[in-house]
Amino acid sequence: MVLDLAFIWALLIAFAVLAYVVLDGFDLGVGILFPFIKGTRNRDTAMNSVAPVWDGNETWLVLGGGGLFAVFPLAYAIIMPALYAPITAMLLGLVLRGVAFEFRWKTERGKFLWDWAFAGGSLIAALSQGIMLGALIQGIKVDGRSYAGGWFDWLTPFSLMTAVAIVIGYSLLGATWLILKTEDDVQRRAYELASALTLALLAAIGMVSLWTPFLNPTFLARWFSWPAILYVAPVPLLTLAAAGRLVLAIHDRRQAEPFLATLALFVLCYIGLGISLYPNIVPPSISIWDAAAPDKSLAFLLVGTVVLVPIILAYTAYSYWVFRGKVDTDGGYH
Amino acid sequence: MSALDLARFQFAFTVSAHIIFPAFSIGLASYLAVLEALWLRTGEQIYLRVFNYWLKIFAVVFGMGVVSGIVMSYQFGTNWSVFSDKTGPVLGPLMGYEVLSAFFLEAGFLGVMLFGLKRVGPKLHFLATLMVAVGTLMSAFWILSVNSWMHTPAGYAINAQGQFIPVDWWAVVFNPSFPYRLVHMVLAAYLTTAFVVGAVGAYHLLRDKTSAPARLMFSMALWMAVVVTPIQIVAGDMHGLNTLEHQPMKIAAMEGHYETRAGAPLILFGWPDNAAGETRYAIEIPKLGSYILKHDWNGTVQGLKAWPKADWPNTALVFWTFRIMVGIGFAMLGLGLWSLYARWRGGLAQAEWLQRAAVVMGPSGFVAVLAGWITTESGRQPYTVYGLLRTAESASPIAAAAVGASLVAFIVVYFAVFGAGTFYILRMMGASPADTTSGPDPMEPARAAGITPGPAQAMAAPGSAQH
Repeated sequence: MVLDLAFIWALLIAFAVLAYVVLDGFDLGVGILFPFIKGTRNRDTAMNSVAPVWDGNETWLVLGGGGLFAVFPLAYAIIMPALYAPITAMLLGLVLRGVAFEFRWKTERGKFLWDWAFAGGSLIAALSQGIMLGALIQGIKVDGRSYAGGWFDWLTPFSLMTAVAIVIGYSLLGATWLILKTEDDVQRRAYELASALTLALLAAIGMVSLWTPFLNPTFLARWFSWPAILYVAPVPLLTLAAAGRLVLAIHDRRQAEPFLATLALFVLCYIGLGISLYPNIVPPSISIWDAAAPDKSLAFLLVGTVVLVPIILAYTAYSYWVFRGKVDTDGGYH
Repeated sequence: MSALDLARFQFAFTVSAHIIFPAFSIGLASYLAVLEALWLRTGEQIYLRVFNYWLKIFAVVFGMGVVSGIVMSYQFGTNWSVFSDKTGPVLGPLMGYEVLSAFFLEAGFLGVMLFGLKRVGPKLHFLATLMVAVGTLMSAFWILSVNSWMHTPAGYAINAQGQFIPVDWWAVVFNPSFPYRLVHMVLAAYLTTAFVVGAVGAYHLLRDKTSAPARLMFSMALWMAVVVTPIQIVAGDMHGLNTLEHQPMKIAAMEGHYETRAGAPLILFGWPDNAAGETRYAIEIPKLGSYILKHDWNGTVQGLKAWPKADWPNTALVFWTFRIMVGIGFAMLGLGLWSLYARWRGGLAQAEWLQRAAVVMGPSGFVAVLAGWITTESGRQPYTVYGLLRTAESASPIAAAAVGASLVAFIVVYFAVFGAGTFYILRMMGASPADTTSGPDPMEPARAAGITPGPAQAMAAPGSAQH
């Protein structure tokens, strides 16, 4: 490991993507669960629990994409065409569910349409992101400085499985967020959903974790060779611990702990992913150093990042603090 | 059509759909900040009433701007991967700064602005409104710097991989056309908003002359028209002279000049024909072209034939969109002057023909913004980075079928979604701003967001039972 600009930027981009996954994860999850929440008023409550923060959450996706363009332009230029169809689907899904936050309140007759747009758009976005994850782990064909694969390389049994896993994971984040932010009917429903989703997610994590090492001998060596196994063992062990906490927290009807335990699961899985992929940014061949822009570009943006990201985190935290506690169903300006 | 044509059309379509929203939300965010400041300063209910009226519209416009903007941040990579690889080291960090200094700021404070008045109180709420407004301007700053660099690249070198790499960041950011383009676009956004606000005020004044909120909107909007339009015309002229210095071929296309000559005429109208190499049916004023561009009646003005034909843009498109933009600019000036006359003659509320004209002019800012962008962007062709990187060499290695399929998907979804959004916005604008029975007390902002039947509910348009 070398502590150079490319490495620092890899950590920062990884942080941005993780922030995106967990933050937009819960509000996409609320969208995916929308059809399972009955009653207009309950749906109002569910939507209002994320309405003040979804836009900020999604900005991390723009930072991930924009950051990749800025600091790893070669990776951006290869990954985007390789994942052309799922990215297009994701963007359109995000359009549909994003406008639903406003449009749903503007019509009584057409409200069901925007309920579907919110749920369907969230589901499409989550599925697409899961496919992108799977396709990236499997590896992308590269020739020179451009993508060399076909237009459906992203569609494999593995990527379909990661897509399902992401949908389940986001749904669980959404359900545990609703446990944290709501009361009564919606919260009861969220506990039911969270119980079922927890089992599904643990099964999905197990399958992806067992399948991934066999995609690529490097991955296998990272996890199962001696003495590497000693260094990486804490990740699966902590994952098991977090899973145990999650099951107990839901069983004991805790308010905040289910969400926190789900967050821990996401973070641990993400670290596991990093262990498999590092130092490649476009697996299996392009490393962060191959893809990095010149130091002058990395340094210029790093200065601003070091100053601005802590400020962003501070006012984002402030915004969450302003809307702390249980959601006020009638708190909208609509 | 080739994959390249489809990719170009896709970018043109998605960016045109997108620019409509920021053109409105940049101006509206500033307007909301002004209204809230006036409310806090004077304690007058009317400012809060007008603020709440436009806040709801702002939320919808902003939401559509966000989602169509996310699409843009990925379009560079999906359809223009070679461009991304080559320009990423120079343009990427500028876009990174846009995200860090603008998008997060807007998004972080938007929630408080929309939902937080009763939670944080008026002063902090005003801070949130102000931060959103500042965020929209920061965003304009960075993205226009990026765009301007594509027109007038500076501060760069080219490395062994053929990438543009930064040499002097100051020169990159403040490239030669940037200050002009920034001023021109921000003023355009302000004018666009002013004409929308003016049209809504006029529409409600035509129905009820006594409506105080409608009079406030109409009057504020027309003062903006009076003050900003002349500044915009001067700024536009300076932008044009800057373009003449750095992209003279684009000016030749805007003017419809094919031949290089001294004492060139100003071609008012005509049909530029690249194939024939002349502007047909030209109606022209002798020597005025030279005077405008060179400030000399006999100055020499370059025509398109001074450059290889392969490098010419679509001259008819550049020529006509430019005239649409300029025509609207002068119509805006005219409306502003008319409003001064109407004020002098007995007040805006009585001037029904002025109000009708203002309603007609309501969407004019959007048309002018789109026309102006088409002028400058199609005038940049056939390059993405002017003179250095050809559009044909910028595209992704993607099959036409894939680009075409995604283009169809974008068109279908955008028309459905933004069509519905436009319908909802028009319906909100159709609701009278005077239909608010009891406004909240400035010291008691808890009701502004509407728990009890307050202004928010009363503004619900007929047929929409709002929450």
